[in-house]
Amino acid sequence: MGDRGFLVELGDEISRQINQKVRALFIGLAGHNLKGIKELVPGYRSLMVVYDPLVSSLSSFKSQIMDIWGTVDEAQLPSPRIVEIPVVYGDEFGPDLEWVAHYLKMTPEEVIRLHTQPTYQVYMIGFMPGYPYMGEVVDSLVTPRRETPRTDVMQGSVGIAQKQTGIYPVTSPGGWQIIGRTPIRLFDPQKNPPSFLEMGYRVNFYPITAKEM
Amino acid sequence: MAAVKSIEVLSPGLQTTIQDLGRFGYGHYGVPSSGALDSFSLRIANRLVDNSENYACLETTLMGLRLKALTDVCVAVTGADLQLQINKQALKMWCSHVLKKGDILSFIGPRSGCRAYIAVGGGIITPFVLGSQSTNLFSGFGGFEGRSLQKGDTLSIDSPEAKLPMAGRALKSQWVPKYPSVWTLRVVWGPQDNDFTNKGKRTLTHTLYRASSQSDRSGIRLEGAEIQRKNDTAESIISEGLISGSIQVPGDGKPIIILGETVSGGYRKIATVITADLHLLGQIKPGDEIQFAAISLEEAHRALEVVSKPHLRPNGCVADLR
Repeated sequence: MGDRGFLVELGDEISRQINQKVRALFIGLAGHNLKGIKELVPGYRSLMVVYDPLVSSLSSFKSQIMDIWGTVDEAQLPSPRIVEIPVVYGDEFGPDLEWVAHYLKMTPEEVIRLHTQPTYQVYMIGFMPGYPYMGEVVDSLVTPRRETPRTDVMQGSVGIAQKQTGIYPVTSPGGWQIIGRTPIRLFDPQKNPPSFLEMGYRVNFYPITAKEM
Repeated sequence: MAAVKSIEVLSPGLQTTIQDLGRFGYGHYGVPSSGALDSFSLRIANRLVDNSENYACLETTLMGLRLKALTDVCVAVTGADLQLQINKQALKMWCSHVLKKGDILSFIGPRSGCRAYIAVGGGIITPFVLGSQSTNLFSGFGGFEGRSLQKGDTLSIDSPEAKLPMAGRALKSQWVPKYPSVWTLRVVWGPQDNDFTNKGKRTLTHTLYRASSQSDRSGIRLEGAEIQRKNDTAESIISEGLISGSIQVPGDGKPIIILGETVSGGYRKIATVITADLHLLGQIKPGDEIQFAAISLEEAHRALEVVSKPHLRPNGCVADLR
């Protein structure tokens, strides 16, 4: 990461176990407040550390991080929160629901049932403020991205793409298949923390009616 | 704090936003730093009007905004030479001036560089959001109501009258940057340079790239030779963190220099622009040419120490010409 950042890689695939290690290291480093660290950004399988090279050196971070990693006990981590997220599926709120059902040769109701079935893991927050990368979508619901991305995906839109599902925190361009929308605000810069979801959280979706939106 | 409505935007130009040195410590919530793309010019502009270096300024792009002083204010304009004018007469940049009530500050258009910075003595008053006044245009928060400035907006300044005596400060001429139209940016390889062929890496450092008109505050898109990936690598990677200066190579092989509006991405990064050269990125305009020079990590850190030595730091090189 150039001359002011580095990635600590804890595996090379998407898995809950590897992501749990990333979370453990993230919490461990955040708790130590190491001098010179400007930013910690957890990813699926790596933790990015951004530092001020005028304050501390790469080699000193390496040894400090190894020391901290040695003391991290994954069993002692705060257990992740489980969050219930209401979703209005279909119609104007989920403009791709019909297409996805048609593509998968099932009914829209089956798509909803499959999407609300798993407890998803928030692997990371990224791409834009408050955007959760969540997985895994059940195999029978795996769908490609839209061939043509939308220029305006509405705030709160719930989308799927391959094995992932996500929620758009603000209205923005996007290429995922939009199957529903949640009234919950995922990012509020006036709040602390500003993000409704955090890395490691578990998420259950449940269907609500348009009236409840 | 005494807020005084002091500035009225008559025309925002192509794009004018409020930016400070950026928003840090919220990357794990997906919040990027935003902030002035040319931090050197922002810091100097603030020093010239006797503000703290990190105060919010106006960042105006290419055509520049037009504004009217509603009260007497002390201002300084740094960065790109967009042909600064006061009441349609040329006005010196890199120097602080008093704008009298009713004076109009404007620009004709770019001669060199891409973004000019306007500091107002006392500082622009807007709420701090997550610790910064910088505008995040993509998520719509910070700065002035989370958006770029529009005609009719008025800006409040903190006790502008107190800074009027500061007018006349200027940056020593030897420190005033000259912006080329062919840029050399120093880079450090990685983190995924090993996923590119030797030919691909050579393409990055041995061919000229051109900044595309598709560029904006999120990144500089480059036109030029495609960078070749190794055969056994997929188009994208598992999403991970990235920083401003990261040179991302998407599937089409056309590199993009990431600026400070994203914290993560799913494409390979062949190299990263060094910290000492980051402020230059804000002055590259569409059509400019770019060559990349790869250096070692140690050389990059030495380069940063050089630009950070007290006599070269903005606060060390403001001369008082009064």
